[in-house]
Amino acid sequence: MALLTAAGGKAGAGGAGTAGGDPELDAARRNGRTGYLLILPGFLFMLLFFVLPVFSLLATSLYVKPEGADIGQFVPALEFGNYAVVLQDYWPAIVRSFGFALAATVAALLIGYPMAYLVAVRLREHRLLKGILLVLIIAPFFTSFILRTQAWKQILSDEGPVVAVLRTLSLLPEDGRLTATAFAVICGLTYNFLPFMTLPIYASLERMDIRMIEAGGDLYASPASTFRRITLPLSLPGVIAGTLLTFIPATGDYVNAALLGNNQNTTMIGQVIDSRFFRVVDYPGAAALSFLLMLAILFLVILYVRRFGTKELM
Amino acid sequence: MHTNAPLQRAIGRCLVPVSGGLAFLFLLIPIGYVFAFSFNDAGRTNLTWRGFTLANWQNPCGAPEVCESLANSLQIGVISTVLATALGTAIAVGLVRYRFRFSATANMLIFLPLATPEVVLGASLLAQFLNVGAELGKGTLIIAHTMFCISFVVVTVKARVAGLDPKLEEAAADLYASPLQAFWRITFPLLLPGIMAAALLAFAMSFDDFIITNFNSGNVDTFPKFIYVAATRGIPAQANVIGSIMFIVSLLLVVGGQVLAHHRAKQLAAR
Repeated sequence: MALLTAAGGKAGAGGAGTAGGDPELDAARRNGRTGYLLILPGFLFMLLFFVLPVFSLLATSLYVKPEGADIGQFVPALEFGNYAVVLQDYWPAIVRSFGFALAATVAALLIGYPMAYLVAVRLREHRLLKGILLVLIIAPFFTSFILRTQAWKQILSDEGPVVAVLRTLSLLPEDGRLTATAFAVICGLTYNFLPFMTLPIYASLERMDIRMIEAGGDLYASPASTFRRITLPLSLPGVIAGTLLTFIPATGDYVNAALLGNNQNTTMIGQVIDSRFFRVVDYPGAAALSFLLMLAILFLVILYVRRFGTKELM
Repeated sequence: MHTNAPLQRAIGRCLVPVSGGLAFLFLLIPIGYVFAFSFNDAGRTNLTWRGFTLANWQNPCGAPEVCESLANSLQIGVISTVLATALGTAIAVGLVRYRFRFSATANMLIFLPLATPEVVLGASLLAQFLNVGAELGKGTLIIAHTMFCISFVVVTVKARVAGLDPKLEEAAADLYASPLQAFWRITFPLLLPGIMAAALLAFAMSFDDFIITNFNSGNVDTFPKFIYVAATRGIPAQANVIGSIMFIVSLLLVVGGQVLAHHRAKQLAAR
C-alpha cells in the first residue's frame, strides 16, 4: 500500500504540467526585470479588458433609470434593489440553469469516462487506433458548435430518425416528442461539452502507470475494486478539471436552450441576460443577473475544489 | 476476479469498449449529419433531404451572407490569435522562468477567466464598452476574443515551458550566448510546437465563439452568429460546406502536427 501511494503521488506530481512545486525548476527561476517586462503587456491587457469590465458590470448593476428617461438611459447610483427585483423574477431560471448544467455534467462524466479509459488504457499499445480516436475526440472543436447543435435539433426532431425509432419501440407515445423539452436541452449540453470532460480525464489516465492495475489484480482485488481504489483516485485530477470545464460553461450557455428548448420551462439564465440587455434594454437588471451568476459559480467552484481538489488546481 | 461468474466477467470485459464506442457514435453522428447535408439539394432551407448535389461545394458563396460572415470570422480570428499568442506566450515564459512577488495573484488572473461563464465575460465587456461609449464592431470583437484566448494560450504554453530543461539555456550561456540569443536559438524553437498548438486552439476558440461575440459584435456578423440567426428560418446548405471544410482542414492540421512531432522525436532520439 505504501508503494502504491508513493508511486501514485509521483504520477500525480510528475504529470501535473504545472510549474508550482518542482524544486529543480524553482531553483532555475531567475530574478530580474526581464520577467516583469515579459508579463507586463499581457497583464495590462487583462486588467483593462477583464478586471476593469467586471467592476464595470458591478457598477452597471447598481444604476437606476430616472423618471421619464429614454430607453437605455441610466444614471450611476447605488441601487441594490436591482438585485432583489431580478432574483425575484428569475430565480426559477437560475435554479434551472444549475440543474441542467449539473445533469449535463453527470451525463458527460458517465459518457466521457469510458471513452477516455478506452483510449488511454485499453488501447495504450495500439498507437494508430489510439491516435485516430484521440483526433476524433478533439474533432468536434473544429466543426462550428452551432451547426452541430442545429444538426442535433434535426436529428431529434419530430420527423427525425430518433423519434421514429422510439415511437416504433413504444418507448415514446405517438404524440411524444424530444425537441422543445428539457431532455433535449440537457442532451445538447452534454453533447457540446463532452470533449471538455473527456480530454482532461484522458490526460490523467494516460499518465497512469498501467502496472498499478496489474498489481491490483495480483493482490486479489476484483476489477471493480481495482478500479475504485486505484484507477479512479489516480484519475481524480482529470475528473475534477473535466467536471469544472463542463459545468461552468454549461451553466451560462444559452445556445442549447434557445435551439433545443421551448422557451417556457427550459429558459436558462444566459437567455435572460441576453434578452435583458438587447430586447428589454434593462442594463442594470442584466448586469445584476450576470454578477449574481458569477458569484454563485465562483462560490460553488471554490467549495468543490476545497472538498475534492488537489494542489494542481488553483 | 476469482469469485465472478463467467457471464459477469464477459460483461466486465465488454463494458468499456461498448460504452466507449457508443460515446464516439454520440460524438460523431451530428458531424456526419453536417457533412452529409452539405450535399443536400436544399435551396434556402436545409431541413429535409431532397437529393444529392455537388452544387453547394462548387459554389460555397452561393448564399453570400455565408461568405461575408466567414470572412469576418477569419479576419477577427487571425488578428486575435496573433495578439493572444504573443501576449500569452510572454506571460507563460515569464511566469515559469522568473520569480515574482505576486505570482499567486498573477496565476489567479489567468485562471479566473477560465472559471467565468462566457455570458458573464460577454456581459461585463459589454457593460465596459457601454460605459466608455465605445462603438461595437470588429474592434470590440478583437479585444474580446484576444482577452478570452490569452488564458488558454498561457495554460497551454506554460505546460510546455515547465517541461523544458532549464539546463539547456544554462549550457547556451556557458557557450557565451547572450540571454536573447539563448532564447531565440534554444528556448523558442523548443517551445514552438506548444506555441503552435496554443495558436491553433486560440483560433478555434475565436472562430467558434458565439456567446461573447453576440454581446460585443454590434451589427457585425460572424459565422456562428449568422448560423444562429439563420437557424430559426433554416440554415443554407453552404454553411454545412464551410463547416465540413473547417473540419477537414483542422483534422489535417492536427494529424500533420502529430506526424511532425513524431518525426522530431525520432530525430532527437537518433542523435
